[in-house]
Amino acid sequence: MVMMESIERYIRGEMLPAERLFFEELRKNNPNVDQMVVEHTVFLNRIENYGERKNLKSTIQGIHNELTESGQIRPGGEGKRVSIWPRYRKVIAVAASIAGVTALGITGMVTYFSSKTANKSLEDLSRKVFILKQNQNSLSDRLREDSSKTPAEPAFKLGGTGFLIDPKGYIVTNAHVVNNASTVIVQNNKGQEFRTKIIYINPIADLAFLKIMDSDYKVPSVIPYGINKSNVDLGEDIFTLGYPRDEIVYGEGYLSAKTGYRGDTLACQISIAANPGNSGGPVLDKNGDVIGILSNRQAQAQGVVFAIRSKYILSALEEIKADTTYAGVHFPQSSTVKNLDRIQQIKKIQEFIYMVKSY
Amino acid sequence: MIKDSNEQALLKGLAHNERKAIEAIYKNHYNMVQTLVINNSGNSDDARDVFQEALIVLYENARSGSFELHAQLKTYIYAVCRHLWLKRLQLNQKFSGDLAIAEETISIEEDLERYEHRSCDFELMEKALQSLGEPCKALLESYYLQKKNMAEIAIEFGYTNADNAKNQKYKCLMRLKKIFFSQYKKP
Repeated sequence: MVMMESIERYIRGEMLPAERLFFEELRKNNPNVDQMVVEHTVFLNRIENYGERKNLKSTIQGIHNELTESGQIRPGGEGKRVSIWPRYRKVIAVAASIAGVTALGITGMVTYFSSKTANKSLEDLSRKVFILKQNQNSLSDRLREDSSKTPAEPAFKLGGTGFLIDPKGYIVTNAHVVNNASTVIVQNNKGQEFRTKIIYINPIADLAFLKIMDSDYKVPSVIPYGINKSNVDLGEDIFTLGYPRDEIVYGEGYLSAKTGYRGDTLACQISIAANPGNSGGPVLDKNGDVIGILSNRQAQAQGVVFAIRSKYILSALEEIKADTTYAGVHFPQSSTVKNLDRIQQIKKIQEFIYMVKSY
Repeated sequence: MIKDSNEQALLKGLAHNERKAIEAIYKNHYNMVQTLVINNSGNSDDARDVFQEALIVLYENARSGSFELHAQLKTYIYAVCRHLWLKRLQLNQKFSGDLAIAEETISIEEDLERYEHRSCDFELMEKALQSLGEPCKALLESYYLQKKNMAEIAIEFGYTNADNAKNQKYKCLMRLKKIFFSQYKKP
């Protein structure tokens, strides 16, 4: 350490003449000392340079910031790339207008010529295709590999089916029928339309509740069907009513499995002729009690249809009742059409089944 | 020759790290460099870096004392910046031409070589100091860069006396030298 100090003093020329002489002698005779001196000289030089450059850098950066702030050096522009626009402005403008005129012309011609062809049937056809496709999509939506259970495209004009659960105008249907709808209108079997409000929607359970808001809705005294909370047995006869078309359609089948698609315990499997538009319709047993709500069918298989079990309708109903506005909503406990034959049952029930139209 | 003597004065100022001189050089020449860089697919940050590097080249030359400017300051700065920028583009593989073909009218090769060398040393020293850690770094910087004496340092760093500080400095210095020379390549 003393050595180091001496070397430093020696390099800086801080030594007294006599001392210096002595040190130089030492350096000459001892190569180790000489090596140390050389090395330390290099080191001191480097650290000196380092310090200077560091100082300078901070000075320069300070000046740069100052000059930029005071605006004496202009901040950089975008360079050459900017100049392209003014240069080609005219060409681009001409090209754009030609493109615009052409596009307008083609559009005009297409509308002009196509309007002459059989307009009405074409439109009808396309609407049906559209509806069919939409409903099919929503039916099969839950059945896809990932089975996200989120409802399909919302934009259908003709939705599905719903049925009354409380005479005051409460209707249950599938969530995928009304999901994202701006307006939902229901229509009964006589063709009367009523505006409704969605009061509850649960895409996971695929259930939604609507409330008829129109003043011309006549509150019926009693709903003929009840709800069957107990388990139904395999092979039990069931039937459904729904609106796969503008007319109410009756379908008959049997319970084929107690679980839904891929063991979904929320649902059960039924064998019934169901078409797009049946979604949301009631599944009733022979006594006229609701055992479930028709929701979807398996895309790849024939006659495999799934219904959400009635007890989930009830539990959803309990959720709604938590809101005091709807605390009085009440699903009839038992059917009043128990011992009637099927034709009579349908006659009584059909006016409580509504077509649900989402816009 | 009035202009020349003016530029000589600027260089002298730069060599002494005078703010006024650096500011003057900045004002006179920065915009030129910025235009050069921006017109060659760079941005203003690149321009700043390149210009500041050129200033360091100038500074270190001026410090050496033997430096003589054979061209106008403007020409020199332009040449240096151009070279530095093209080199950087080349590193980023945006410029594939030969640097020698795009070479300068004035000779700056030597200056730049020396500059690069010093840059290596600079980075090496910076890294060595970084890896030294505190308080060694601050201690050595106070002594070697800010040129404080041992008594001052002892007070600042809370050592009981100058000898204690010296002792500590010695240990730090030995470590720093070891790190530095382990990677140092002789020119």
